[in-house]
Amino acid sequence: MSETKKVVMLGNEAIARGAYEAGVKVSAAYPGTPSTEISEALVQYKDSIYAEWSPNEKVATEVAIGASVSGVRAMACMKHVGLNVASDPLYTVSYMGVNGGLVVFVADDPGLYSSQNEQDTRMVARAAQVPVLEPSDSAEAKDFVKIAYELSEQFDRPIICRTTTRLAHSQGMVELKEREEVEDKVYEKNIRKNVMMPGNAKGRHVEIEKRNLELAEAANTLPINRIEMNDTKIGVITSGIPYLYVKEAIPTASVLKLGMVNPLPQKMIADFAAKVDKLYIVEELDPVIETQVKAWGIECVGKEIFTVQGEYSANMVREAILGEKVEVKAPAAAPMRPPILCPGCPHRSVYYVLNKLKMHASGDIGCYTLGAVAPLSVVDTTICMGASISSLHGMEKAKGKEYIKNWVAVIGDSTFLHTGVNSLMNMMYNQATGTVMILDNSTTGMTGHQDHAATGKTLQGDPTNAVNIPELCRALGVKNVVEINAFDIELLEKTIKEETAKDEVSVIITKTPCVLLDKSKKPLYTAHADKCKKCGACMKPGCPAMTKNADGTIKIDDTMCTGCGLCESLCKFDAIELVTGGAK
Amino acid sequence: METKNIMIVGVGGQGTLLTSRILGGLTIDAGYDVKLSEVHGMAQRGGSVVTFVRYGEKVAEPIVEEGHADVIIAFERLEALRYAHFLKKDGVLVVNDWRIDPMPVVIGAAEYPENILENLAKEHKVYTVNATEESKKLGNSRVFNLIVLGMAAQHMDFTKEQWYSVIEKTVPPKTVDINKKAFDVGYEL
Repeated sequence: MSETKKVVMLGNEAIARGAYEAGVKVSAAYPGTPSTEISEALVQYKDSIYAEWSPNEKVATEVAIGASVSGVRAMACMKHVGLNVASDPLYTVSYMGVNGGLVVFVADDPGLYSSQNEQDTRMVARAAQVPVLEPSDSAEAKDFVKIAYELSEQFDRPIICRTTTRLAHSQGMVELKEREEVEDKVYEKNIRKNVMMPGNAKGRHVEIEKRNLELAEAANTLPINRIEMNDTKIGVITSGIPYLYVKEAIPTASVLKLGMVNPLPQKMIADFAAKVDKLYIVEELDPVIETQVKAWGIECVGKEIFTVQGEYSANMVREAILGEKVEVKAPAAAPMRPPILCPGCPHRSVYYVLNKLKMHASGDIGCYTLGAVAPLSVVDTTICMGASISSLHGMEKAKGKEYIKNWVAVIGDSTFLHTGVNSLMNMMYNQATGTVMILDNSTTGMTGHQDHAATGKTLQGDPTNAVNIPELCRALGVKNVVEINAFDIELLEKTIKEETAKDEVSVIITKTPCVLLDKSKKPLYTAHADKCKKCGACMKPGCPAMTKNADGTIKIDDTMCTGCGLCESLCKFDAIELVTGGAK
Repeated sequence: METKNIMIVGVGGQGTLLTSRILGGLTIDAGYDVKLSEVHGMAQRGGSVVTFVRYGEKVAEPIVEEGHADVIIAFERLEALRYAHFLKKDGVLVVNDWRIDPMPVVIGAAEYPENILENLAKEHKVYTVNATEESKKLGNSRVFNLIVLGMAAQHMDFTKEQWYSVIEKTVPPKTVDINKKAFDVGYEL
């Protein structure tokens, strides 16, 4: 018998471990909080699992589908909104089914810690008729992976394994097991199953309806759906993280814990409902379980007393179900501390210039979304990955080219390669004249520095081809491609004025690495109060390292300054000076 | 034993993740069940961040409910104020006496509250250290969080050897000595 080892792992690390133990051979993903660490944790198993960053979630899912078709266990990982990008292959692989097991790991974000919406993956999965497993903690996150692959292969279904931020980014105990090598399935050409043209897809639709009914029946005896009978006054159906809140708040309640949330075990639920006096459904976000239970004519209480927004807590469950008013002190009045661009961030410099020129920006998804807030206040719109370029194009087509002379699209390097490149292609095809700024910081910043197709390094750390972004733009037909240092504010101002004035598409690439990429000791600046005229010019970019002394003169926090020099370039009175060898 | 609830609060980038991982490792080594809840992603970029550490015989939920924290470790004064209501009645608040202005204050849209520590001390057990200045004396301002942690360690039931052992396992090898030194500064205050 092999020795068992207990360690503490993030939910995401546990999923990666689960994939390793389950014999997965291929993984593809695009970074997205809160799913990113799954792929990062897979790197340690590189001898057993090939893992990559793909340019977007659609590509990642198709890579995983290909691997599955060839006969190996495969996975794709993404955040909830990434599943929208991947929904095209998802809906159709649902018809095809699998050869080697196929699991898509999707992390939802109730409470919107790092997302543009609060959508519920279970709704997408139901629409795509894809079964969903939902673990509650790190231990289950690991163990459910193996179960997911077994169900996938047994029922010929792709499976979604759904987590939420609270699980993905919580650490808990996990018991490590050995990797189980799974024999590759034999690939046999089968166009009725794998070529989804109308005649074949029609047949597959019948087949998957049948398979889903079989799976729904099997769900009644699936061990991960379990009843914990206790006092029968209160019965709760729950899953995932809310299960933990229920256990914490009402340890005496009877609980039906669902490990599989789609399809639901109808008979098990009906039996459980019959045994308890009052039935509650506790599920974050949409009433997915509740709606079905009610449709079966089973009386229950759910969203009448629970919100469809944000995260739950044990206190919330106590209040809603037990009617116990939990006495908590009101939080003290404290000024908000919203996220901001880091000191030394090259985006700040770009936004400072755009703000000075009174430009509007069609924004995108990344750190640079933070250019929407004061004092930079440049970004007007943020929708989804790649939308900056295409929505600027839409404005031009609606209002004409003069209307967008004081607009630019701003997009990061990773986001440009994700879906922005299609939008730029569209501008070139459909005779646009707008200006696109690619804020190229040489990384996927917001999610914590992941490589991408233009960094020259793979997820597993190997050197590789690096897409040349300026050449890519030229290949699309863009004649005006300008590369510039983000901190050269004079040149930047001149360039933006010139390029937006043109009646042709321009791409301005500000090529300056993320300040956090370079971990070396940096020089820093200091402010001389005797020379400071309190004009406030250096404060305009909103650098968090800049504060004021009681007398209104400027002070630079030497623990935060990274020596970018933006403040110095704005001071007309030589009050800010470079010092080397500061406190860091 | 009743589950213990620790919170680490601060400003994104101040090293709350490293500190919570040290605490997590410590409690596991001591044989407890543990759950930690962290913040990654956008909220980490200079925003207000909170990390929960819960340990005991069997821990269910990974978050600390309001009014239940045994110890809050705050890396900045305003963040101490923001989360102080999570403390239980006799809970302990350990604060880095340091100010980082949030953007609303930088741009003049809000005032940084005066006398935070004095006011908190009227209702809670508050221990303070200017760890940022102390860490500069050690020659590395980034290890300030170990000073604060050292101070918090005085109010927790683990031996110095247990703390040392987990610090050795958790921080980058080259920084073990300076981190232990920083821990000592806080532990001996």
